[in-house]
Amino acid sequence: MTVIHDRPSNPAAGDADRPIGYGRIQRKEDPRFVRGKGHYVDDIVLPGMLHGAILRAPVAHARLVSIDTTNALAHPKVVAVITGNDLLGLKLAWAPTLSADVQAVLVTDKVRFQGQEVAFVVAEDRYAARDALELIDVEYDVLPPLVDARKALDPDAPVIRDEIEGRTDNRIFDWEMGDKAATDAVFASADVVVGQEMVYPRVHPAPMETCGAVADFDAVSGKLTLYETTQAPHAHRTLFAIVAGIPEHKIRIVSPDIGGGFGNKVGIYPGYILAVVGSIVTGRPVKWVEDRSENLMSTSFARDYIMQGEIAATKEGKILALRTHVLADHGAFNATAQPTKNPAGFFSIFTGSYDLQAAHCSVTGVYTNKAPGGVAYACSFRVTEAVYLVERMVDVLARKLNMDPAELRLKNFIKPEQFPYANKTGWVYDSGNYEAAMRLSMQLAGYEDLRREQAEKRERGELMGIGVSFFTEVVGAGPRKHFDIVGLGMADGAELRVHPTGKAVVRLSVQSQGQGHETTFAQIVAEELGIPPEDIDIVHGDTDQTPFGLGTYGSRSTPVSGAAVALVARKVREKAKLIAGAMLETRPEDLEWEKGRWFVKGDPSAGKTIAEIAMGAHGTVALPEGVDGNLDAEVTYDPPNLTFPFGAYICVVDVDPGTGQVKVRRFIAVDDCGTRINPMIIEGQVHGGLTDGVGMALMEIIEFDEAGNCLGGSFMDYLIPTAMEVPDWETGFTVTPSPHHPIGAKGIGESATVGSPPAIVNAVVDALAPYGVTHMDMPCTPARVWAAMQGRARPPI
Amino acid sequence: MQIPAPFDYVRATTVDNALELLARYGPESRVVAGGHSLLPMMKLRLSRPEWLIDINDLYELDFILRDGNKLRVGALTRHTTLLESEEVAALFPIVRDAEQVIADPVVRNRGTIGGSLCQADPAEDLSTVCDVLAAEAVIRGTGGERILPMAEFHRGPYETAVGPDELLCELRFPVRPRSGSAYEKVERRVGDWAVGAAGAAVFLAEDGTVEDAAVGLTALGLDHPVAEAAGVLRGKRPDEGLFAEAGRAAAAACNPVADQRGPVDYKRHLADELTRRVLRRACARAAAQMQEG
Repeated sequence: MTVIHDRPSNPAAGDADRPIGYGRIQRKEDPRFVRGKGHYVDDIVLPGMLHGAILRAPVAHARLVSIDTTNALAHPKVVAVITGNDLLGLKLAWAPTLSADVQAVLVTDKVRFQGQEVAFVVAEDRYAARDALELIDVEYDVLPPLVDARKALDPDAPVIRDEIEGRTDNRIFDWEMGDKAATDAVFASADVVVGQEMVYPRVHPAPMETCGAVADFDAVSGKLTLYETTQAPHAHRTLFAIVAGIPEHKIRIVSPDIGGGFGNKVGIYPGYILAVVGSIVTGRPVKWVEDRSENLMSTSFARDYIMQGEIAATKEGKILALRTHVLADHGAFNATAQPTKNPAGFFSIFTGSYDLQAAHCSVTGVYTNKAPGGVAYACSFRVTEAVYLVERMVDVLARKLNMDPAELRLKNFIKPEQFPYANKTGWVYDSGNYEAAMRLSMQLAGYEDLRREQAEKRERGELMGIGVSFFTEVVGAGPRKHFDIVGLGMADGAELRVHPTGKAVVRLSVQSQGQGHETTFAQIVAEELGIPPEDIDIVHGDTDQTPFGLGTYGSRSTPVSGAAVALVARKVREKAKLIAGAMLETRPEDLEWEKGRWFVKGDPSAGKTIAEIAMGAHGTVALPEGVDGNLDAEVTYDPPNLTFPFGAYICVVDVDPGTGQVKVRRFIAVDDCGTRINPMIIEGQVHGGLTDGVGMALMEIIEFDEAGNCLGGSFMDYLIPTAMEVPDWETGFTVTPSPHHPIGAKGIGESATVGSPPAIVNAVVDALAPYGVTHMDMPCTPARVWAAMQGRARPPI
Repeated sequence: MQIPAPFDYVRATTVDNALELLARYGPESRVVAGGHSLLPMMKLRLSRPEWLIDINDLYELDFILRDGNKLRVGALTRHTTLLESEEVAALFPIVRDAEQVIADPVVRNRGTIGGSLCQADPAEDLSTVCDVLAAEAVIRGTGGERILPMAEFHRGPYETAVGPDELLCELRFPVRPRSGSAYEKVERRVGDWAVGAAGAAVFLAEDGTVEDAAVGLTALGLDHPVAEAAGVLRGKRPDEGLFAEAGRAAAAACNPVADQRGPVDYKRHLADELTRRVLRRACARAAAQMQEG
């Protein structure tokens, strides 16, 4: 079912602005953020705390000849200097990554990317730690670097991972999905086949807060408390137990307020491990917080996909099949965060929103002398790349067929009655009504008028472009039988306690990096139990306080933990029913629920509110057999499927024909994330993702020179968009609930990041049509747009 | 947090005091005003002064004064002040054009004209503005004051004529009738350094022909006005053909280098395109000023 209007406000609340349950309420966490009272890792100060700084490699590929730390140790404020050799002794020189590879914590043999960790200084203050880095004398024997992924598999390419026994090349994996033979057969007999190479360049999540940790190892109790900028505290605890050999019950991971994650804070970075080693070695707490350059140069990047796309269709515009081969640059270590069975993440969703006869993709991952990263970062596990590929390919086809790109999409959408829809690469889309979303987007945009305006402008030599993209996201990983990260299943726990006075606390495994969890999850409980959101406390980010779960990324919080919260609230509601029965001296089956209250069927005056029931449970009410004296519950939710949010985006750009400057004039985003819990938070998520999309489409890229030097190591070189580059966002929505999710909700966190770049690039290419341009790669900087206008469009890498 | 190398800091109380401090601490000291260029370079340890001499208390250098046929602007005048000054906008619209595209309000609230000129970044906008307006730089040292034209002030990227024991105190702009000026910049994003920019000042004769003109380029490998463009323009009646000819002259004269902001051919194209645009706008403004009388 699709409804194209907002959910009516909850009449039980009596106030549309302060609903008890779903609706548009201000975020509970914002008062502390807007007053500067957030508490981040770098705000933590412990007694006796020392400060760490990392010496990083100045070159991309070099044998480590020697390290002399004498002068650094002589610095009056330096307490310890740790090198790779020290870690070898502790068996900590190498740590497992989230992709079953290993990554050097500190270089022992060879530098593999510029900015790699070489030594760790621990000092009395952070200034001394930083100054002492310059006192370490390192000798390198520089090796030829491998920078171009296209050359990674050449026979004469330098082997980057020569420490792995038997390794003679830079191939990480070959992976494929779909039926190759069937796809090739469809291509062979199709009327129209178009191919296009497209590059999704290396970009960076660039959260406002960089990564950091405070490690506090108590030598007496053997307990490690580690404050970290992490999106996945429980997964980190288990991995630290495995890596460092510290028993899991002796590890407490605390993730306090986090200043943005975007996947950048999923992995375990060497700096975190070094803070722990530093604390163990010195016996004092050690803080390490990276600076902006370190964050940009050494932490997880996103993308770096070189995609060869091909699309087959009838001459009338019925899309038949898609195929692609991808060369994926994973950097020097395969440190992507991905479900184990998906080395290319969820890229196989590249079939998009279209009803195809066949599809096939293959991905080859390679090592290069660049920082590691790649999958989970601001992309729902590579859905960003997949959607970009299919949505650009559909536009390439539209141009070839001389069809309107919106019309071509409408002609090929999966129909509402086809859901649940099994695509050709193994996904089962839960629900969708694509045509309704597309038509709403076109209506909000005034699509026909825009096309008329464009035609008039072209007559005058003005360059206006209209770009369309329609995406299907896949979020909420995921069912335990299909999805795990290094063996940890992707189910989430939730605990709910209703206190005697009817106030409540929810304990969750997922941690917020700005998504508004403290509000959204309180609203879910409020909707189920009728307790006002402000009376519900959300506890998260502390492994000693919360149930196990895999963390916040891939837009999984609402699909997985949101379901857990709804179910735990229902469990409490059912328990409340039993207790209310006892209190009202009625059989539970004779009770009826209205929001916040159980009452006797046919006698609404005889009832008990949740608060009364909570007091009864904790008080002296004679409880039924088998019912404990509390109003608490816990669940672990194993999702039966992922959720598949979708959206229809239209972008209008103006291009200055003299300079190639692109101005995004309008952007219309219609999103469908199923049931909408807090529309204001949803819109905030969409605005953020759209802004991110403008950045990627127009300016963001981390480039390297031939020597492997990172050219994007500061915000002077790596550009992210400001308010000046983005228009007033025009958002709309449809509601197609997920049939398998307890409240019908889907994820929204990355929809706009996924859906917006192709809309913007499609608009730029559309604007440049008078110049015969059929494709250009991101970023659409003035110089690159101008080159495309001269017929010299080039890939960025 | 990016941490600079160790340095000492002192706050000057007067221009004379600043000059004493410069003499005392020698060539390893740097003057700081807005600090928006110097401090990032220090944080990246690309710049490692031993002393920072803070001149933000030298209110005597924060002024905009009309003095006969000159406009005198103190070196400590903030970008925001220049941007918001109606007097400056009326006399030299190029200043407002440029200030609108210099970084962002945070930088403009703090950064100064003197700091911009002394930093002498090749992508610095106000150098071009001062060039085409034929400004003079008033420089003071312990030995006294000297006044230099821009051609002598510039010494190349990050270098000026201001000696290690001297302080740039003031810029003087000649006010001429029937004049118009304009500035335009192409940047990848607001606040990024220019990919390329152009500025023009045009002075019309009473018959509407160009009496004199100056075209300057930013970030395009020239640290002086494009003499060839001025040569093309002088004595001619402004029209599209003339602007195009001047644009070609600017493109031929410039000497850009390829970087992440663009290749040489694009930057050369910008020299041409932006020269045409600023001349078009500057001439229109000059004509409007003539009409207003």
